[in-house]
Amino acid sequence: MIRRSFRGWLLAAVAAPLALPLAAQDTTRTPEGVRIGIEYRPGVRPSVVVLPGAGLDSARAILTRDLDYSDRFEVISLGPRDTTAVVNPGGRALDYALFRTLGASYAVELAPDGPGAMVRLHDITAGALRREQRFALPALFDVNYRLGVHRVADEVVRWITGTPGYAASRIMFLVDRRLYRVDGDGGGVTSLSGPGEEILSPTWSPDGRRIAYTRFGRGTGSLVLQSVATGEKTVVTGTTALLNITPAFSPDGRLLAFARSGEEGTDIYTADVSQNCCMQRLTVGRYSDNLSPTFAPDGRRLAFVSTRAGAPQIYVMAADGTDQELLAPFDYGVTGSSNAPEWSPDGASVVFHRDVNGAPQVFVLDVASRRVRQLTSSGRNEDPSWAPDGRHVVFVSDRSGRRQLWVIDTVTGRIRQLTFEGQARLPAWSRRLSDPVPTQP
Amino acid sequence: MVSRAFTRMLAAPLALVVVLACGGKKQPEQPAPQPSAPAPQPTTPAPSQPAPPAAPAQPTEDPAAAAARVTAALLGEVATMIHFDFDKSDIRPDDRSVLDRKAAILGTNSGLRVRISGHADERGSDEYNLALGSRRAAAAKSYLVNKGIDASRIETVSYGEERALDPGHDESAWAANRRDEFDVTAGGQNLRNP
Repeated sequence: MIRRSFRGWLLAAVAAPLALPLAAQDTTRTPEGVRIGIEYRPGVRPSVVVLPGAGLDSARAILTRDLDYSDRFEVISLGPRDTTAVVNPGGRALDYALFRTLGASYAVELAPDGPGAMVRLHDITAGALRREQRFALPALFDVNYRLGVHRVADEVVRWITGTPGYAASRIMFLVDRRLYRVDGDGGGVTSLSGPGEEILSPTWSPDGRRIAYTRFGRGTGSLVLQSVATGEKTVVTGTTALLNITPAFSPDGRLLAFARSGEEGTDIYTADVSQNCCMQRLTVGRYSDNLSPTFAPDGRRLAFVSTRAGAPQIYVMAADGTDQELLAPFDYGVTGSSNAPEWSPDGASVVFHRDVNGAPQVFVLDVASRRVRQLTSSGRNEDPSWAPDGRHVVFVSDRSGRRQLWVIDTVTGRIRQLTFEGQARLPAWSRRLSDPVPTQP
Repeated sequence: MVSRAFTRMLAAPLALVVVLACGGKKQPEQPAPQPSAPAPQPTTPAPSQPAPPAAPAQPTEDPAAAAARVTAALLGEVATMIHFDFDKSDIRPDDRSVLDRKAAILGTNSGLRVRISGHADERGSDEYNLALGSRRAAAAKSYLVNKGIDASRIETVSYGEERALDPGHDESAWAANRRDEFDVTAGGQNLRNP
């Protein structure tokens, strides 16, 4: 985020425009000499300033951060004493020349409007109001207030770039074996576990209305479907015996693919969760393990982990279990174990982690070319999950000294820490959440 | 480190004895105890027996106490853990004698049933480790079945890396955590020496 003040402004105006495309990223630095295949293109991103609106300080703070975390803009933040200079009731007659001097390409204006806000997007370069829309917002201390503001942010991103942001989404994760969720900006951490429940492998349904996970106990694990709105739980038929792990919904929400582990090994099955019936076995690995299935967004293929060549690696099969083949290339006996694949929402990539010199690192596979790219190199980095924009990835990293969730932008390589308490693991990122979601499970 | 792990290894069987002594109701196939019979004596000492050997009974010890002592010693042997190499589920050569001894005890005591739980260290992928734990438990079961023990008497489960014995993050902790544990689920009273 770029911080500029109006006092600094006059100076900046003198030096402008050369000083404007500041490459102001607070990217966590990788060790010296390490470049890991990410292109930095500073200076080409539009810059945005969010103007204050009376009674909307909290919304403005959340919105500003969401725009920053979208990694699509240089976000200009104004100091508190500068804000009065720009407040502009009515909003239509911004001093565009002034904002041009500030280096802003766009200004987002928030104005109170009944129970919500009027949001206006000013195109500073063109000197015109580009877009205005009323947004209903829950009351300030309502549990869904943050989600409401996140939706505004996603729309503003869409107005400017053509594709929406990812702020109106949530991430489930585990601390020990308790289930939590957090907003994509790190706010709103909420416990979802019942007392005494031990949970593994959480995942979201595509519509965000249900979650599924393994309820663990005495070495066995059943699959549980839980309604996000009511907290009502259903055990998937046939999963009360053995250890049933790594569930993943099909894109239509009808099937749950998962791995079933027992004396006969570990194999992938699907169950029809719309009728809670009809288990179908997809892999038969008498001497190998098959687990961690993930559907392509067209629902026709599944990527998964198999030990059929020794160490676990990433394979792909048709949704009926046929046409099984290697997906992420590896050198036999050289490449480290590869685990935890997740197909991207746009279908173009699969993210996973692979051991490099004894530590897992996050990789992205380009499905069309079958080429892999390493995204991380500092510490242990594992269990990646895609944001709904198909561009950001949440993963577990111990780079801060203990296992926490971090978010990386796969385009710019910018990394930020998402959680700070306990020892977090096994994150699962939802798709965009369209309706208000109650906080209680 | 070593003494800590060793203490735990001793503690596990002792805890078992307590549990069984307090609530040992499930033993349908156990032959009726014979209080007047002399306590069974081991004919040959086991090759690498970690538990205290059955010393000659003291003249003052009554037969019931002697039988309890033998049972405790045998339960200790049944509960002895075996360990694995990193990301492997093969039985190590030095653990074969441990499993052989378990097979002998299971063979002699037909009412005895066990649950084998497979565990992994923290290094592998969390979910892959659950599959690895299943394989480790299955490997020990398969070994015992090959020694003549009926498969129905052995249950297997996996805890992956979810139940670390040693919370450390070094090689000695990892080595201690890559293990199979053996719990008696039925028939753990009045055991006879093979």
